[in-house]
Amino acid sequence: MKKLLSIFAVVAFAFSANAGTLDDVKNRGFLKCGVTTGLAGFAAPDDNGEWAGLDADMCRAVAVAVFGDRSKVEFITTTGKSRFPTLASGEVDMLARNTTWTISRDVNLGFEFVGVNFYDGQGFMVPSALGVSSATELDGATVCIQTGTTTELNLADFFRLNGISYEALPIETNDEGKENLFAGRCDVYTTDASGLSSTRAAASNPDKWVVLPEIISKEPLGPLVRHGDHQWGDVVRWSLNAMIIAEELGITSENVDAQTSSNVPEVLRLLGVEGNYGEMLELSNDWAYQIIKQIGNYSESYEANVGPDTPLEIARGLNALWTQGGILYAPPFR
Amino acid sequence: MRSNLGLFSDEKFRSIFFQTLVVGLFALGLFFVISTTSYNLEKRNIATGWSFLQNPAGFDISFSPFLEFKSTDTHLKVYFVGVLNTLLVSVTGCIAATILGFILGIIRLSSNWLLSRLVYIYVEFSRNVPLLLQIILWYSILIQLPRVKQSLQILDVFYISNRGLYSPRPIFESGFSYVSIAIVLALISSFLINRWAKKRQDKTGQQFPVFSSSIGLIFIFPLILFFILGSPLSFEHPELKGFNFKGGLVIRPEFIAMFLALSIYTAAFISEIVRAGIMSVSKGQREASAAIGLKQTWIMRLIIIPQALRVIVPPLTSQYLNLTKNSSLGIAVGYADLVHGFGGISLNQTGQAIECMAIVMATYLSISLTISFFMNIYNRSIQFKEK
Repeated sequence: MKKLLSIFAVVAFAFSANAGTLDDVKNRGFLKCGVTTGLAGFAAPDDNGEWAGLDADMCRAVAVAVFGDRSKVEFITTTGKSRFPTLASGEVDMLARNTTWTISRDVNLGFEFVGVNFYDGQGFMVPSALGVSSATELDGATVCIQTGTTTELNLADFFRLNGISYEALPIETNDEGKENLFAGRCDVYTTDASGLSSTRAAASNPDKWVVLPEIISKEPLGPLVRHGDHQWGDVVRWSLNAMIIAEELGITSENVDAQTSSNVPEVLRLLGVEGNYGEMLELSNDWAYQIIKQIGNYSESYEANVGPDTPLEIARGLNALWTQGGILYAPPFR
Repeated sequence: MRSNLGLFSDEKFRSIFFQTLVVGLFALGLFFVISTTSYNLEKRNIATGWSFLQNPAGFDISFSPFLEFKSTDTHLKVYFVGVLNTLLVSVTGCIAATILGFILGIIRLSSNWLLSRLVYIYVEFSRNVPLLLQIILWYSILIQLPRVKQSLQILDVFYISNRGLYSPRPIFESGFSYVSIAIVLALISSFLINRWAKKRQDKTGQQFPVFSSSIGLIFIFPLILFFILGSPLSFEHPELKGFNFKGGLVIRPEFIAMFLALSIYTAAFISEIVRAGIMSVSKGQREASAAIGLKQTWIMRLIIIPQALRVIVPPLTSQYLNLTKNSSLGIAVGYADLVHGFGGISLNQTGQAIECMAIVMATYLSISLTISFFMNIYNRSIQFKEK
């Protein structure tokens, strides 16, 4: 009986051990990061089978911060529906999965959004042959919509507000959306504008599709962790902030070595030459240096994955730095 | 030590002891699971409770043939829509699978080599390919149908496209209720005629043409009334307006894919059950009935099937249960059943995973127990009654 009780005690401990994610990650030797099932530009395997994209870079940045090695990350795919249980159960350490920061997710679901790595908004995409120029002309259309998302709720609100009807075709993944849209099962596909650009880029003939001008919602997408583990939340938050601050300070993966002898105090603090900010986070002191060296600053990641020179062709817009007309802003590094 | 052993050698004590032990361990395990869960939920600040059921859903469900659903309706209504959609595909699937299964089971036993081989191939194929793949196969075929603007037209009233099958919707005008009443009356009276005819045959041996008189009652009597009342029935035809057809009745490809896959898959199992049932009736029964000069169709209907049913019904019940539970795979093609709507979207939008799953499981359990209950009653009614 004593033995039995001790087994129960051990199992109980295993179930409730959710604090100290940083230590868990360190002990495990790699980071488990939840990403999408494949959304080009954000997280999708590239030609070499390597995960690439803005969100994938976010995961790698955290892995670099903890281990100093961008390869120490296991990508775990999650659908719109499975992502939250996967995170809550501890199957992943963090999500970087085009997830919109909302009050109910932040408060009621027991998660913590640590920042925004992409400011997005919900849009509509239709075949150009339909001749539709505004979303308000979509009365009676069949709309492909990913279930379990904020876009699903915005969609209902938008059509209700405009007094027009629609028929929802619920889908689970972006690929299903593509398939149904391209086959004409639905007239319209709605999701975050970035997702539409990604889907359009993947079409055999992108010119056949237009993204309508209306953006019907705010969709701040960002990485999130479980609520209550502030130490781990800080690590993820500042991995993101480090990339943004690096852009502000003009530090890139190319010039980061030269910058270690800079005379700007904030640069020296960020790169770990001065101060002990790494220690405060229980990381090595050159954690931010390594992120910039191995991943790049925010701008480099953006331009490589979703920027105007990529198939997605998304201009910086809101995602430009606050000094350049956007709203990207990180707290000071001091 | 001795006295302990003595107690354990007592069979009654031993059995009570071990049963108590098992129940105790089970209760301990249950307590452990529940307390760990609630502890962790609280620790992660996940709200619990049932109040979310009264909150507005916020999303739309398009496939809701029985209830009007708006995004302002509650999650509770999402649940009811889901239950009805699950029942719709399960009930229609069970009926189709039974009919198809019986026909195929009998054909499989036919002496026609080609027919019996064809059924054999069908059975082996659909039993051995995962149901999920079959659902996706049907759906993939259906969405390759022409687009809505190029719909196939049949007789100018039916339209087939990858948005579904559109047909005219009957509109019942004021006088039609009399026709409905007439049909119900006709059904009741043909049932009474059937009973009367059976009694009379038992007593006197005289037969009465029950079948043809019932057909006459059920079809011709309401039809005459229908015309006397001036055909109180009209049709609303679907019309292509803007993006979609407006009006008419529509059967969505998601439903068709589920219905076809479920009924074809289950029919394969049922046909084997039917074949086993028929083969379980000894050959002498058939020979004896042929010897007293019964027709082939009568031998089947009066001698073979009633005896075969005793073997068929118990495994048939479990096929009905399987089909109902398999309908939860509707999520693969976006069929708005219970698992997809309430157990999926509501769960995800509210985050109340444990509550939603508990409700969904309890619902499947009740549906299954209800099916078992009625099938058991039926099973008892067809058992051999010893006098």
